[in-house]
Amino acid sequence: MIRRDAILFAGLGIMILALANWFSVPYTLQILVNAFAYALIALGLNVQWGYAGLFNFGVMGFLMVGGASATFISYPLNDAFWSSDGPMMLFKALLAAIAGGALIWGVTRIPKKGNLAKLRGFLLVIAWAVAYVVYRSQIDPAARLIEAEADFVGGLGLPAIFGWVFGGIMAGIIAYVIGKICLGLRTDYLAIATIGVSEIIRALIKNMDWLTRGTLTVSPVPWPTPLPADITASGVASPDMAILLARSGFLAIVMLLVGVIFFFLQRAYDGPWGRMMRAIRDNHIAAGSIGKDVTKRELEIFVLGAILMGVGGAILTSYVQLLDPSGYQPINHTFIVWVMIIVGGAGNNYGALFGGIFIYIVWTISEPASVILFSLISDMSEGAGIGAIPDIESRALQMRVFVLGLVITFALRYAPQGMIPERVRTEKE
Amino acid sequence: MNEFIFFLNKVIISGATLGSVYALGAVGVTLIFGILRFAHFAHGDMMTLGAFISFLLVGVFQAMGIQTPLPTGFIVLPFAMAITAALALGIDKGFYEPLRAKGVKTVTLLIASIGVTLMLQGLIRLFAGTATRSFFENEKKDLFRIKLPIDGIRSINISEPQILVIVTTLIAVLALHFFLTRSRIGKGMRAMADNPSLAQVSGINTAGVVRATWIIAGSLAAMAGTMLALDVILKPDLAFNIVLPIFAAAVVGGLGHSYGAIAGGFLIGFAETMSVFNWSIMFRGFDNLPDWFPKDLSLVPTEYKLTVAFIILVVVLLVRPQGIFKGASS
Repeated sequence: MIRRDAILFAGLGIMILALANWFSVPYTLQILVNAFAYALIALGLNVQWGYAGLFNFGVMGFLMVGGASATFISYPLNDAFWSSDGPMMLFKALLAAIAGGALIWGVTRIPKKGNLAKLRGFLLVIAWAVAYVVYRSQIDPAARLIEAEADFVGGLGLPAIFGWVFGGIMAGIIAYVIGKICLGLRTDYLAIATIGVSEIIRALIKNMDWLTRGTLTVSPVPWPTPLPADITASGVASPDMAILLARSGFLAIVMLLVGVIFFFLQRAYDGPWGRMMRAIRDNHIAAGSIGKDVTKRELEIFVLGAILMGVGGAILTSYVQLLDPSGYQPINHTFIVWVMIIVGGAGNNYGALFGGIFIYIVWTISEPASVILFSLISDMSEGAGIGAIPDIESRALQMRVFVLGLVITFALRYAPQGMIPERVRTEKE
Repeated sequence: MNEFIFFLNKVIISGATLGSVYALGAVGVTLIFGILRFAHFAHGDMMTLGAFISFLLVGVFQAMGIQTPLPTGFIVLPFAMAITAALALGIDKGFYEPLRAKGVKTVTLLIASIGVTLMLQGLIRLFAGTATRSFFENEKKDLFRIKLPIDGIRSINISEPQILVIVTTLIAVLALHFFLTRSRIGKGMRAMADNPSLAQVSGINTAGVVRATWIIAGSLAAMAGTMLALDVILKPDLAFNIVLPIFAAAVVGGLGHSYGAIAGGFLIGFAETMSVFNWSIMFRGFDNLPDWFPKDLSLVPTEYKLTVAFIILVVVLLVRPQGIFKGASS
């Protein structure tokens, strides 16, 4: 079994070498950076779905939170914002939000039994409405002022690596709130709820122009490692060499991060905590009856997975140096991660790592491969007198989505456990 | 009075149109959930597929020179519905039935439906490109302005596709009602939604029920997709963007409950139009409004229109997950 895994990973290595041969080396490095970022995200989903059986279809939301947070932390300071009334008005809006939250919290403290029980639901609706109106009355003028005078709030100008950490923290905080609300739901309902929440997050990040600049996009988001321009400035003459060095540096830091996280996840999986999680996944009633706090443990693992997704999202944004909220699509950012862990093998970290890198490479090369395929067919149809295929380039791009669907369908049918399936360890081995 | 008609145009008519499309889609989602017990995420793309089939048929009809007073996109609807229903059966045979035969968990079927979504999206864009198209490239889109017999009053505006979608939805809902309550297979569907094993041992042809479900879901999806494309515009991600409001409608009505889905569809449709409507307009009739009276009283800014459906979805899932009417539990 271990040998089979080794062969699969060796195959992946050969595939990457072939890529480097086919494309240029810097482009392969770029693919690898993204592939490792997606592997990290796949590990996060593997923690949620593979360890604990939580049906999270809101991966995109956490990636967006990670990306936007990283941008906020590492983008340079915007003096126009800090010298305007913006910070004070935002502070007032924050106070309004806290006051509203306190009001809602106060109403939820009304006991469900007793004199006020009948009014509870009604009061709760009123409290939400009041909180919403109060918050809107503060945030709307603040947003208008910032957009008019300073464009958007800008960043804090801190090192990019803090941005990655903060991306993970923010995603974790949001996951805590979502988990608190949604984790009581069962499979299909949880999937629909999380996908709904991720769409809400997308709408917010896309439309809160004062915070994220919305569809106008923010760039350049800094790198944690030297950029090609920095390397050229330090005396490397050849621009190709500078790109190569810069991307290698970025890849090294991402690989190091994935390696460290992988090590700890694997330790956690093999330890008592991992066993408890699998027990909850396989039979939460039995796990509950022997004294495990199912709700709390599930919330814990949901947050942990989301942190990994947030860091992954931060890395993706940081690498392209661009925060573009309209670039986030459920296909590219949620469904692809599901394909990764289904194909790789849910419940096995090696499977998630393999699936993440493998599927990302398949996703990337299915476009040029389709161009070649279509050109062949086009030549044949031209030869047969039917005529060539129009717009091969733009059509080939769409093949990526089709190939993704085909891969997951085949995986579900012929290898439902994935290529590196979960292995249940028994004492005999 | 002017304000009231503005409200009618902006909220009631567009809400009813949107609600009809949601209702048609949600009925399909809810039937599949009731019978097969999984959330069918590919439903939105089945709608898009139906719309594109209609578009192709319109091209064929116009090439044949068939001219009618109604939009050609509406005339071809029965054919498009039949073709989409056949394709839906094919999708079930090819992708879901083998998995069901293996006895997988329903969760796997949900993931399989994501695979089908991806393949359908890829194929539609592969053949049709990403451009937007209109059903009314060669025809006029009629807009009716209904003048009230009072002077100085704006007219009620309603377009031909809007009338068609509302009327067709009403007919489809009635037909579905009679099918479910009177026909043998319809009763079988309701029995199977209640208790699949009991339905099977009482001699109900469960394979036939599953086929009927896909036929109904497929044809309603084609109807909803075509109607949406007639009303707005035809594009490859036409329905993928509204598959979540459709799920919201199905959940609000109680997953597995067809009448609930219809109610949920209209509820979500009206909620969306009402929450972005500027209620301040309704007060313009009063002359002596104070200065501080806000000019904009819409509940949410227009760009958050779709978000309203998601918020309703999440709130309903939390407060009353079984929906307004009690739905099937998974």
